[in-house]
Amino acid sequence: MKYTTRRAVGLGLTGLTALAAFFIVGMLALILLDVARNGARHLSWAFLTQPPSDGMMAGGIFPAIFGTAALTLLMTLAVMPVGVLTAVYLHEYAPPESRFARWVRVAVVNLAGVPSIVFGLFGLGFFILFVGGNLDRLLGYEEMHWAQPSILWASLTLAVLTLPVVIVSTEEALRAVPLEQRTASLALGATQSQTLARVVLPGALPGILTGAVLAISRGAGEVAPILFTGAAYFLPDLPTQLNSQFMHLGYHTYVMATQSPNVTEASGPLYATVLVLLALTFALNLVAVIIRTRTRRKAASAH
Amino acid sequence: MSLQPQNPRAKMEARELILRYGAKTAIHKVSLAILDRRVTALIGPSGCGKSTFLRSLNRMNDLISGTTHAGTILLDGMDIHDRGVDVVDLRRRVGMVFQKSNPFPKSIFENVAYGLRVGGMKDKAELASRVEKSLRGAALWDEVKDRLDESALGLSGGQQQRLCIARAMAVEPEVLLMDEPASALDPIATAKIEELIHELKATYTIAIVTHNMQQAARVSDRTAFFYMGELVECGPTEQIFTNPREKRTEDYVTGKFG
Repeated sequence: MKYTTRRAVGLGLTGLTALAAFFIVGMLALILLDVARNGARHLSWAFLTQPPSDGMMAGGIFPAIFGTAALTLLMTLAVMPVGVLTAVYLHEYAPPESRFARWVRVAVVNLAGVPSIVFGLFGLGFFILFVGGNLDRLLGYEEMHWAQPSILWASLTLAVLTLPVVIVSTEEALRAVPLEQRTASLALGATQSQTLARVVLPGALPGILTGAVLAISRGAGEVAPILFTGAAYFLPDLPTQLNSQFMHLGYHTYVMATQSPNVTEASGPLYATVLVLLALTFALNLVAVIIRTRTRRKAASAH
Repeated sequence: MSLQPQNPRAKMEARELILRYGAKTAIHKVSLAILDRRVTALIGPSGCGKSTFLRSLNRMNDLISGTTHAGTILLDGMDIHDRGVDVVDLRRRVGMVFQKSNPFPKSIFENVAYGLRVGGMKDKAELASRVEKSLRGAALWDEVKDRLDESALGLSGGQQQRLCIARAMAVEPEVLLMDEPASALDPIATAKIEELIHELKATYTIAIVTHNMQQAARVSDRTAFFYMGELVECGPTEQIFTNPREKRTEDYVTGKFG
């Protein structure tokens, strides 16, 4: 190839890749700008703190904000212990050629590929009808108590959905703890569990928290899994118990966009709801990122 | 020197030790005594099995899957592979310093206190005095006494390695295994480590793997030459370096191969 052709090809490729990168940033910017511009207009203190009224065309979305936050929190509380323990078993305790561990890994990968609406149906069938129904029978409830959609079952369904994310990132984090630190600990007469608790888990903590960040951002935005398992169409009361139903920003957005009699009039609160959902997801992410940066810095500089 | 026994007994002893990684034999029928409160240097070319032998003395090879052994290793006459032996107790009695300094990403204090804490020591005053004693023993105290709460990762390479020695000494083992402890250090830091080894042998039984002939000659009382997984020769260091019985030993220590 001649110099000029080489140069042209080089420049062309640089341009093409830059364009692709710009396209990504551009799409994101476009979405954010559109949502922020249209949403901010309708955003007010009252909108953030009041329940909806007038067939959801007026009032605010406070129950949906609260419901989303509570749901995500419960999901995190459920998914982190199970996910971290599973990853610890797979990476620290399972024998290298363990057939069981291999099956668990295959299951985790497949779990990650299941469409989220299937999780919704699974939640309905397993948690509500099977677990809830049996709980009601065992505890002697006459009417439905646990065997109905609720924030508990919705958060557990989301926890199952986000489990692969936590397991994979925790295993990655455990793998990143240097072997020398493990051997140093064992050579000092520490048991395997002491090594795990004092060296391996603290070293893996930033990576584990990354898993939490990913799980939270995935879980907070999912609507399909909670459709049948706990999200309420309209419920001005806040969920006070584990078996309460709840409003959810994502579901509320869906309801406003598809069920509203007047689309133009609904677009104001709709945009504002989407803006709040995005802000909430970003805020939850930010908190996790800050915690992670702190622990990482702490791990690097120790004490 | 006066503290050392005149006719030392064997603190540790390998008898016809065979060690395999899978199908590959790493050590073949090695019988070697590590004498009480003496420094034993293990020398030989790369891959000769000296590090593997060292690691088998506190059963660190157990951590590598697929290793099998035959023969016995005795610590004060007790078989370390005996069913009744807790490997955790063994490693408390037989400590180890690695080639690459490997401090934990914790403070200097917590690094040295680690072995004591996992052993169940909780008393703060006792911990503090043991940490000081170990750091003094490793000739590091004066350099770090004002910054015990700072990260161990902020220390220089030589300081980190002495910290690792202090950490190993804190649990007061009877035997210290050192796997090329100075190979990643500059000459000044190396000299400090060697000086330290000289002082330590009054209280500890030491086995040290080294690639450095001069170092072996300087620090050790006895030298064992390994070649291709076998122990070629073992004897007083002076004899090994000046008047070896075996031709292979002579070729190696005079630099003809290796």
